[in-house]
Amino acid sequence: MDETGNRHYPDKPPKVYLFGTCLIDMFCPEAGMDTVRLLEREGIEVHFPADQTCCGQPAHSSGFPEQTRAVALAQMRLFPEPWPVIVPSGSCAGMMRHHYPKVFADDPRLLAEATALADRIFELSEFLLHVARVSLSDSGQPARVALHTSCAARREMGTQVHARALLAQLPGVDVGLHEHESECCGFGGTFSLKHPAISSAMAGDKVDALKETGAETFLSADCGCMLSLNHTLQKRGDPFQGQHLASFLWQRTNPEGGRR
Amino acid sequence: MNAQNNSQINAQANTQALRFVPASEFKERAAVAVADAHLRKSFRGAMDFLIAKRAAQFPDPVALESQRGLAEHIRKYSLARLPDLLEQLERNLTANGVQVHWAENPEQANAIIINIARRHSTKLMVKGKSMVSEEIELNHAMADAGMEALESDMGEYIVQLDGEKPSHIIMPAIHKTKLEIARLFAAKVPGAGYTESVDELIGIGRAVLREKFMTAEIGLSGVNFAVAETGTLCLVENEGNGRMCTTVPGVHIAITGIEKVVEKLEHVPPLFALLTRSATGQAITTYLNMISGPRKPGEKDGPREMHLVLVDNGRTQAYSDEQLRSTLQCIRCGACMNHCPVYTRIGGHAYGTTYPGPIGEIISPHMLGLAATHVLPTASSLCGACGEVCPVKIPIPDLLIRLRGEAQHDARPGHAPMLGQGAAKSALVDAIWSGWAALYTRPALYRAFGWLATRFRALTPPMQSGWTVSRTPLKPAKRTLHEQMAARERR
Repeated sequence: MDETGNRHYPDKPPKVYLFGTCLIDMFCPEAGMDTVRLLEREGIEVHFPADQTCCGQPAHSSGFPEQTRAVALAQMRLFPEPWPVIVPSGSCAGMMRHHYPKVFADDPRLLAEATALADRIFELSEFLLHVARVSLSDSGQPARVALHTSCAARREMGTQVHARALLAQLPGVDVGLHEHESECCGFGGTFSLKHPAISSAMAGDKVDALKETGAETFLSADCGCMLSLNHTLQKRGDPFQGQHLASFLWQRTNPEGGRR
Repeated sequence: MNAQNNSQINAQANTQALRFVPASEFKERAAVAVADAHLRKSFRGAMDFLIAKRAAQFPDPVALESQRGLAEHIRKYSLARLPDLLEQLERNLTANGVQVHWAENPEQANAIIINIARRHSTKLMVKGKSMVSEEIELNHAMADAGMEALESDMGEYIVQLDGEKPSHIIMPAIHKTKLEIARLFAAKVPGAGYTESVDELIGIGRAVLREKFMTAEIGLSGVNFAVAETGTLCLVENEGNGRMCTTVPGVHIAITGIEKVVEKLEHVPPLFALLTRSATGQAITTYLNMISGPRKPGEKDGPREMHLVLVDNGRTQAYSDEQLRSTLQCIRCGACMNHCPVYTRIGGHAYGTTYPGPIGEIISPHMLGLAATHVLPTASSLCGACGEVCPVKIPIPDLLIRLRGEAQHDARPGHAPMLGQGAAKSALVDAIWSGWAALYTRPALYRAFGWLATRFRALTPPMQSGWTVSRTPLKPAKRTLHEQMAARERR
């Protein structure tokens, strides 16, 4: 919960790193590109280390600590400059900020590295709000949206607070509250593969609740949850779809409209 | 406290004696449960009610955090001194005239209770609510020994009448509707007419129980907190049946897990305050019984004889590991199940264990071994709701991850193997994760994989394990972010 309260925020930096996450890399790269666009518009230079892969969360949550360490270690060394590391995913940010120090707890040297990196990890909406201190100007038509913040984003990174604050800067955007808003969408990484019956029931309830707000779209700062819900809706033949918060913010606030 | 190696033998014996549906068939039962619209609706409604009641008790998040911090410290402090506190408790209870018994496993616990019951030529034992008595399946053991054990908590009475197990640790009959109870009472309670009035139904149950309290030779109860310094057993309840069980029959047997001890009386109020608020959203329960011994000479009521049975049943295994020890901080409020999106959708019976929901997923492996229970720690999306509401701050998601690991690997060097260690080991799964790590630690290979996956996206498999049960297949984008960023840099 520290991201909603006690974190000390630095001044806006001239340069940042982007950690794109494996899901965005493969399945929703536009969310990554829109993240870059949003940051560059604030005059921030974005560096994308080409050797990045995955934060290691899938192995971590599946109970494979050795593989988690190997993959996490491969990421930890990619950010040598003292710049903030921007992660457009709450759960990956949570992994790097809160779980890396636990993963390397038994090795003082690596723990120090992990802790130093953790201090520089920012979930995108948190960074835009508190570090870049953006002032968004809305150029879109009035729209009603729903917001699904993933569990890790909510409980580890305080994303629901930051995302709401950003959306509140857009006068044309009305954010609907949905039933059981803080409840999990049923994705949970490998949980959706291992327990499809339970996961599907959770996803089904979540899309019902999102739709009941009367929103045109739902937004999420986590690609995994968004994919899970979008593909659930597609299987139902439902045209209602969600989009990544970064893409929505970019599209709403770019005077030319749409993408460059 | 018992040695590690003993609990292994015990728990193997347990699995045979247990009459629970096997935890290993969790997935099948969960699939049936989520398809049951009636069950889904009733659990959702009940859990929403409890969530709202709890939330109303904790209007100030800062105050709640400090209360949770204190409660966590009290539980950690108590566990850190557990062997000493248990000995102190035994000394002080003995001095108060209470006979203390130690049971490593359900068989021993049942044998101790049945021996006491036989000595008193018992026909009937009335029971207050006790999850440890569920854990050892005391009612079955009593029946096998030719004696009746009757539940007197209204919810427990209902599930016992219907031949069921509790589906929630605080509200055992939460899965049943009023109409189901109406039909059950009309069919099973002699002389009861059909009524759908809740007050009348409770009246029927009470009339039966009132009679039984008067005739039972033994009353049995659980324990919420055992105070070492004073030799006091604290019992939290709402219906008064706990007080009846512990005062009316001539013999009172209390049963509890070894982790329930605290050092001082002053440690009870902070835990009690969080227990009732977290469990039922009550600022206080109707009854808090504090029992320090049997009837003394010259006193007019209370049992003439009193026993405490302290049960291990796998708890020393959790105790012996620094991280897993936090499992034993639990004060059994049930808030983790009330807030769990999985429990809410499948109810308590699907788990097949005494303790369902998140606490059940982390404690059952110690009681029953990982061979029978390794699927339970996987039945979580790790959403964190359980850890967030836990009044004693048990890091439940971290413990779930740890148990997933223990089920799939040999014991780490320097660690004693858990019961059922490595029971879910799979060469295929190991190979998948090793391959995954090999790919994700080799950036050039990873980029090549991304290049291929995007170029051949049309060949994405249409069936993707559990994902495609209710979702369309995942398909790679046209170009990875890596490629797009590299192209940008070239421009």
